[in-house]
Amino acid sequence: MKEKHYGLAIFSTLVFIFLLGPLVIISVTSFGPGTVLKFPPDGFSLKWYQNIWAVDMFPKTFVTSIIISLLGNLLALILGVPAAYALSRYHFRGRDLLNAIFLSPVLIPGIVLGFTMLKYVLVMYQLPIYAGLLVGHTVIMLPFIIRVIGSSLSNFDFSIEEAAVSLGAGRLQAFFRVVLPNIRSGIMAAVLIAFLESFNNVDISVFMTGPGISTLPIQMLTYVQNYFDPTIAAISVVLMILTGLLMFVIERLMGGLAYFTKR
Amino acid sequence: MTLLSLEQVSVAYDNHLILENFDLKLEEGKLLSLLGPSGCGKTTTLRLIAGFLEAKGGKFMFDGRDYTHLPVNKRNFGFVFQSYALFPHLSVYDNVAFGLRLRKMKEGQVKEKVLRMLDIVSLNGFEKRFPQELSGGQRQRVAIARALVIEPDLLLFDEPLSNLDANLRVTMRVEIRRLQQELGMTAVYVSHDQEECFSISDQVAIMNAGKIEQLGAPTDIYQYPKTEYVARFIGFNNFLVFDGTRQGNTGLEWTIGDYGFDVQLQAGQSTANTYKGAIRPEDLRIIPLGQLTDLQKSLSNQVPGTVKVSTYLGRSYQFEVQTALGAFTVNQEMDIPIAPGQQVMITFPADKIVMVAQ
Repeated sequence: MKEKHYGLAIFSTLVFIFLLGPLVIISVTSFGPGTVLKFPPDGFSLKWYQNIWAVDMFPKTFVTSIIISLLGNLLALILGVPAAYALSRYHFRGRDLLNAIFLSPVLIPGIVLGFTMLKYVLVMYQLPIYAGLLVGHTVIMLPFIIRVIGSSLSNFDFSIEEAAVSLGAGRLQAFFRVVLPNIRSGIMAAVLIAFLESFNNVDISVFMTGPGISTLPIQMLTYVQNYFDPTIAAISVVLMILTGLLMFVIERLMGGLAYFTKR
Repeated sequence: MTLLSLEQVSVAYDNHLILENFDLKLEEGKLLSLLGPSGCGKTTTLRLIAGFLEAKGGKFMFDGRDYTHLPVNKRNFGFVFQSYALFPHLSVYDNVAFGLRLRKMKEGQVKEKVLRMLDIVSLNGFEKRFPQELSGGQRQRVAIARALVIEPDLLLFDEPLSNLDANLRVTMRVEIRRLQQELGMTAVYVSHDQEECFSISDQVAIMNAGKIEQLGAPTDIYQYPKTEYVARFIGFNNFLVFDGTRQGNTGLEWTIGDYGFDVQLQAGQSTANTYKGAIRPEDLRIIPLGQLTDLQKSLSNQVPGTVKVSTYLGRSYQFEVQTALGAFTVNQEMDIPIAPGQQVMITFPADKIVMVAQ
């Protein structure tokens, strides 16, 4: 016989309501026909979803966000993969310090990092807005890339790399033909997690966007300051669905979050 | 002909010297084992030869060429790892073909060589399998095939059988020896398993603390260890610490106090050096003291003592005997064991005492 834990059941239900409630409310209000956010809505309408496309800044910033996140991701990979490799493959003096430096963007408050970025990248070095955004997003993605790929390299048997070298492969050949194919899923997960981090980022972007160039979250923020209609709810639902799909892919690739907690 | 020679080689990890002024020579077509406890430098030596480690000093000559600074991938040596180190994302076929494809060989030729090699290691029909679908023994065979197919100038084995179970270990070591001899390969084999090394090698090097204590044919080392370390390592558990010599009934005798021992020196051993006498437990004989006549008791190469422990080993009994010269371990086949507490006489046959350097 299973024991019934009523207390636990009630507590869990409350937690779920607390976590998922806002999402449900947003989803429902996005279908409301009125001009202000209202719960429960007075009827059913898809017009606010159409309005996403009507406000041309939304599709435009969506594209900007995607491009910045993808390009930044690529840059973060180019920097992060060799860093993760070196940090897990070799034991050298200053390794822990280097590790801490690479992870520091997640430890520093986003506002501080964003402001510093503004000060240096845009004000001091006069980089174009687009380039500045890209640099900022690369920096915030780097720790995730290094952390996730590092964790898949930490249980990597480097003797297979030595085997490849002993069979005549050069160092790069061995890396691309033997190491990389065996940490594929780690790299995919790193890319997806970093992508989400960058795509949803507000605190860095808010300092780095400028006239005519903005990311979707910043555009949403600006929109909410001026209008209070359900468009914002509709776009949130679209983003939730996209994020959900990505998380589903990560889940399938990595066996979910267990991958990050088991070591 | 000497194929491989390490000359005055030194290797250090973080300023900690593992090998210092290390010398080693190997003839073409021979299998040399490096044997010793963990930390003795045997794996370091192997990795140095492979090129995974670079020497701090000294020279590594191979086939008349200086290999000291030659990168691993230019050496054309086959390396068999303890963990097999198969490529998990490649099939058995692609694992074996890996080295050939790096050599830009035509796919038709690759196929021919891979299939022939899989046949040699009795893995025909396994081409499409992946490493995780194979048993330990099969994986090791793939690893050996992968190392052999590139027709290496030298084969290196790093404890290749230590992850296998006991029966398979015996089968595989016979297999490795057969392949090495059939293909006329020169090989260096690292293991901490004595029996394994002795059974497959032409030469065995017993290593201790970064030095070779003794290098020789397995039978020579087994019968005539030169140092106390080697003797202990290969099962000479009993030692006689001599304090002088005297003229006995049959010639020169070594003494410990009043006890005299007739021993046979090996070629090159002088009477001047101080030696220890080493003897295996199974070469000692014990007999209850009461069964001996006074005349027999007065002979040399004997020490009286008391049995402290008697252990049944299956084929024989093992006795711990306490004597005036210390405790000795004796293995002896007998029907009725001598009970603890009994007075016995231990006999040390002169031809079984091996004189070793202290």
